[in-house]
Amino acid sequence: MSKSCRWSICLAVIFLIGLSTYVNAAASKITLNFIGMDQAGMTVDEQKTVIREFEKLHPNIKVNATFVSYDALHDKLVTALAGGGRAFDVMLVDNTWLAELASAGWLLDVTDRVTPEMKRATVDQEVTWRIVTYNGRLYGMPWLMDQKYFFYNEEMLARAGYNQPPKTWEELVEMSRVMKKKGIVEYPIIWSWAQRECANCDFVALLYGFGGRLENEKGQPAFNEKGGLKALTFMVNSIREGISNPSSVVAVEEDVRHTLSSGKAAFAINWLYVYDLANDPAESQVAGKIKMSLVPVSEEVYKKGIVSATSNDSMGFAISKGSRNPDAAWELLKYFTSPEVMNRYAAHQLPIWKDSFSDPALVKEQPVTMRMFQKQFPYGHVKVHVPYYMQYSKIMQLMLQEALTGKKDPQQALDDAVRNIEIIQKKYK
Amino acid sequence: MSGPSGLPNTGPLGSIGLGAKRGLSESRLALLLILPSLVLIGGIVLYPILNNLVISFFDYNLTIPWARPFIGLRNYVEVLTDREFLASVGRAAYFTVVSVSLELVLGLLIALFLNVDFRGRAFLKTMIILPWAVPTVVNAIMWKWIYDANYGALNGLLMQLGMIDQYQAWLAKPFTAMNLVILADVWHQTPFVVFILLATLSTIPESLYEAARVDGAGSLQAFRKITLPFLRPAFLIVLVIRTMEAFRVFDIIYVMTAGGPANGTQVATYYTYVETFRYLNMGKGAAQSFIISALIMLVSIVYIRLLKQDDTAY
Repeated sequence: MSKSCRWSICLAVIFLIGLSTYVNAAASKITLNFIGMDQAGMTVDEQKTVIREFEKLHPNIKVNATFVSYDALHDKLVTALAGGGRAFDVMLVDNTWLAELASAGWLLDVTDRVTPEMKRATVDQEVTWRIVTYNGRLYGMPWLMDQKYFFYNEEMLARAGYNQPPKTWEELVEMSRVMKKKGIVEYPIIWSWAQRECANCDFVALLYGFGGRLENEKGQPAFNEKGGLKALTFMVNSIREGISNPSSVVAVEEDVRHTLSSGKAAFAINWLYVYDLANDPAESQVAGKIKMSLVPVSEEVYKKGIVSATSNDSMGFAISKGSRNPDAAWELLKYFTSPEVMNRYAAHQLPIWKDSFSDPALVKEQPVTMRMFQKQFPYGHVKVHVPYYMQYSKIMQLMLQEALTGKKDPQQALDDAVRNIEIIQKKYK
Repeated sequence: MSGPSGLPNTGPLGSIGLGAKRGLSESRLALLLILPSLVLIGGIVLYPILNNLVISFFDYNLTIPWARPFIGLRNYVEVLTDREFLASVGRAAYFTVVSVSLELVLGLLIALFLNVDFRGRAFLKTMIILPWAVPTVVNAIMWKWIYDANYGALNGLLMQLGMIDQYQAWLAKPFTAMNLVILADVWHQTPFVVFILLATLSTIPESLYEAARVDGAGSLQAFRKITLPFLRPAFLIVLVIRTMEAFRVFDIIYVMTAGGPANGTQVATYYTYVETFRYLNMGKGAAQSFIISALIMLVSIVYIRLLKQDDTAY
């Protein structure tokens, strides 16, 4: 055998040994790809801590985590799932996207993995599990159960001469006028009305607060009825009068939180996570002054005995159908939604488990938010769950923007939106 | 005839012994050598374009995988009769015309200024590249903060100058938002124009200007009769490149305004993105992207014809 031939054989053998070692190592370690959100709910650092704990408990599983904003999340999910669904194993999915993703066949059906005990152990079984249900099948675990809460600056209210938060929107307008006159704050209320999903959440709270509804009994859009018109007119007039901050038209939830926390607003509606951060001296200039109360309704609705109305917007974890490690993915899902983990981070996101709400240690730690959740939850309204929700959402966002920028008058904006949604509904029949 | 190696002369490659042994002609060998790159380009560029074309003839919605009928040109008809699409093309055209005009004028002025020898010129030349070096997304986020309604530097500046008495929500008005996004893009892209024009300016022989001075020509005349004609080819190159890029603008819109307010900044590419990745209408999105590409190609052909005319004139 020639010298070069011997060298070649040696090198080949070394290479093969190296390759097999690598293959063995790779085979024994499972990699899960996780995608979550970096706004509302648990912070990114908190989620990363949970993931590291999970990896310690399961040394053969490695988790690659990605965190994006809510709006980017949908687009990233869709591009990943359309390409075979192997890019992500565990994904955070909004309740409004579930119909779209499940009908396209991209999510793993986990109905058989959810036990009846798990179902019974959650808060408000029916509403909670609806987050991850499509056509009677379950596609994940509920996780981020959130709704818009009403926040107010107690000190500003006191300076205006009030010791109770407003119960109706009309009361709020009155209080705002007094605050403006006394020079307490220039624009009393800040909203998230940017051309994104957040505007729809605010609109749903106001829509039901003014006696309107999203759809009628036949499932047709009905938000252009009297209640819807009152809600949209209230929005437009509040900007015109200077009660609502004009920057609301381009603001998202974080902008609302910053405005409230810097003392530039007396009232705001936002997700639960704001309470802790707005009262944290490291994050807020008005720490200790921000309180919560029920989201107001109109006087007309209040007189009917309905004391509040808000938007219920929840998210859950789902597993991609193309995932190569569905069992490991399910373990990660269960860990994230386990009572131990959820109880620990209850400051930014309330647990989905009934027992957590009667855990004295937890109630002592989060007295305000836990009580507020239980008070507000019965008045939450869910959005429509349809496969064409993205188009529905865009139509509604545009409707709000056109009315708020004065491009169309409220009734016309509402009617045009309803008509456009009906056109899409026909395509899906 | 034989080359240096004694083998038959088959061109430069043959003269170093390549190909001669197998009797391959130079052109055949050249083809063989660039085949791997061709395959790569074909896979990454050509195949997706052709696939896109095929998809555009189907009613292809990702959320309805069980029904993907062939519908011929219906997607194209729907797109060309869609009022919002036509409006978005109009917005893209406005964005292109305004931003490219501003970039050319500003770019020319800055290039003329930098062409003059003065102390600190080298330093300024280096500084002028900075806006262009900033990634587009970073540029968009930076300008979004500048225009912020509650904390923005623009509001702060105008307030201190006494030009406004209240902070304004600049990006909350559709037409204002469009113009401010254009401003952000012009700040970002002007250095590119400056450098192309500056490079051309530095090739103009000084003797021409001397001769003009001797003949009694003023600086404005010298500019019109010497500088501008020399700059014309460079102008056209910059015009073609910037027009193509401006018409396809996407990332700055995505980050700054997400197409809002009230669709005021929803340009054609953004609308195509929404149609494809939000509504998951792949067929319609594919048709839209082809129509946009066709429009850009049309404009480019016009420009290139202008360039060719220019060449023959010389």
